[in-house]
Amino acid sequence: MKAVCYMGVEKMSVETVPDPAILNPRDAIVKISSTCICGSDLHLYDGFIPTMEQGDIVGHEFMGEVVEVGAGLKPDKLKVGDRVVVPFTIACGNCFFCKKQLWSLCNNSNPNYWIAEEMMGFSPSGLFGYTHMMGGYAGGQAQYARVPFADVGPIKVPEGIPDEKAIFLSDIFPTGYFGAVMADIEPGDTVAIWGCGPVAQFSIRSCFMLGAERVIAIDRFDYRLRMAQAGGAETINYEEVDDIVQTLKDMTGNIGPDRCIDAVGMEAHDHGLMYMMDRAKQMARIEMDRPVVLRQAIQACRKGGTVSVPGVYAGFIDKIPMGAFMNKGLTMRAGQTHMMRYMKPLLDKVEKGEFDPSFVISHRVPLDRAPEMYKIFRDKKENCTKVVLDPWADGARAA
Amino acid sequence: MAENARIPITDAGRGRSRSMSPQRWGALIGGGALAIYGITRRSPLGIALAAGGGTVALLATNRKPTPESLASATILINCRPEEVYRFWRDFENLPRFMNHLETVSKLDDRRSRWVALGPGGKPIRWDAEIINERENEHISWHSLPDSDLQVDGRVDFRPAPAGRGTLIDVRIEYSPSLGTGNALANFLNKGANFAMRQDLRRLEAMMEAGEVPTIEGQSHGRRDFITGVMRVADPTRPLSPRSNLIETFAARRRLA
Repeated sequence: MKAVCYMGVEKMSVETVPDPAILNPRDAIVKISSTCICGSDLHLYDGFIPTMEQGDIVGHEFMGEVVEVGAGLKPDKLKVGDRVVVPFTIACGNCFFCKKQLWSLCNNSNPNYWIAEEMMGFSPSGLFGYTHMMGGYAGGQAQYARVPFADVGPIKVPEGIPDEKAIFLSDIFPTGYFGAVMADIEPGDTVAIWGCGPVAQFSIRSCFMLGAERVIAIDRFDYRLRMAQAGGAETINYEEVDDIVQTLKDMTGNIGPDRCIDAVGMEAHDHGLMYMMDRAKQMARIEMDRPVVLRQAIQACRKGGTVSVPGVYAGFIDKIPMGAFMNKGLTMRAGQTHMMRYMKPLLDKVEKGEFDPSFVISHRVPLDRAPEMYKIFRDKKENCTKVVLDPWADGARAA
Repeated sequence: MAENARIPITDAGRGRSRSMSPQRWGALIGGGALAIYGITRRSPLGIALAAGGGTVALLATNRKPTPESLASATILINCRPEEVYRFWRDFENLPRFMNHLETVSKLDDRRSRWVALGPGGKPIRWDAEIINERENEHISWHSLPDSDLQVDGRVDFRPAPAGRGTLIDVRIEYSPSLGTGNALANFLNKGANFAMRQDLRRLEAMMEAGEVPTIEGQSHGRRDFITGVMRVADPTRPLSPRSNLIETFAARRRLA
């Protein structure tokens, strides 16, 4: 089959690899109909997350048809022919964490638990198409994928819903929603969201679903800010303001946003000396992440407010204003999305026609064009917000 | 990184001899080479390699002999004590999650024959006898005379609070006899607690999820040389004479 493989920093390549096989009783094989490039794939592309290996198949947003099931799967749970969206986190369904609905913290799905344990004390769940620290599972930017614990994660999609409305249930729609949930929004709240990428776009809309009065979205690309405005947000282009914290104060009667969401993560951009230092340290691998947004969010947040972090961080960060965090009595919540909590209710919204997630799509291309799309997406060229790949389309250039 | 190679390598020099053994030289040269390769590779993996390789090389030059080995670990498993007790009491199940064990066969209700894999896949054998047991709470056993090494093991099962499952404590002590035991002691001493924790993690997965998560045998694109080395060096992989390096390069040849 064809698969997008990580072949080194800034080198993604479509390779011909063996078709996946069932390896465990609860596995299923899915023939992929649609798959996407995620912003978190760009961290891999840029080489900032350790434990990638050459040849790893990437991608964690995919859906398709079940073509093979392991002996341990009951037909009432999943059978050949089912059309499913597969969540990017892998969960066993029976451990302490799964039982508490903390699905992305499953204790039994990471075969390389010990690597994550060395770095983080404990390991979160395994992820598709990510680093070996996160399990090293082959990903979904391919024609087929093996799905472990397939009776827990995949959710069946009714035939009436086209791929483009269902595919984002695999990650970014629930992740954006989770970002808003973690912010503990109360009626009347003002929420500031850093970043206007696809996850942030879903967060903006989810904040309103959860009762926010105002959402202020921050980015530097006009096309993304316009998409945020279309979702009801007020926007700030941070390249046009001197002091983002003061701007947020000015916009909120000097009280600050009640809730702050970091939908950017480890490769944030900014201007100024501190940012240049982070950039240099990250290049030299002295600091793994650039925590520009976290610093701003902690400074800007209303006293007693909440900082929610759906943005991806990988390792260690410098100069976090802990004094501000402690003395202002802030709460910070973070995590990979507990997918299985949100997929069903969000699918229901899509099914009822209350919400159409397909608005984030900017590019629909064959899988063969994935390598160039990584660069376009990373460099924010062609007004790129979200790339959907068709693994079966003819590789010839198509618009 | 892996049981196959890394444990013997990093444990090189733990034997009784104070002169540099071939393993130690291997670790020194191999670790040094890895460090140099890592430095030249401008990537996080490279840095990790450099650090790892350097450490291996350093350790090779600085190890004290340690003749005995105790492995202990504890784990909380989301199942009832009787389930995991029953599973453990059938010692033939142990190789399903204890990677260094090749087989355990029952001789009678209390006695069993164990075969472990030492470095390089060399088999190490002993017979064991259960010396004490309380149903759903405790099992202890020890090796019988004429074994390759002396083993004392015990496992305790306690219900965890608030229905959180079962707390399991394991202690296994190995005293190598002369000869074959030494090599295994090298392995066991360095990685003993670590290896035991990995074993118990596999036990947890078996009891809770019904299977042990794996990516062994999944599809991938072309690997490079260093990745092949890394794969072999995975300390959680079973000790086996079948080198994963060979597997990696066989796959590479097939694809090339």
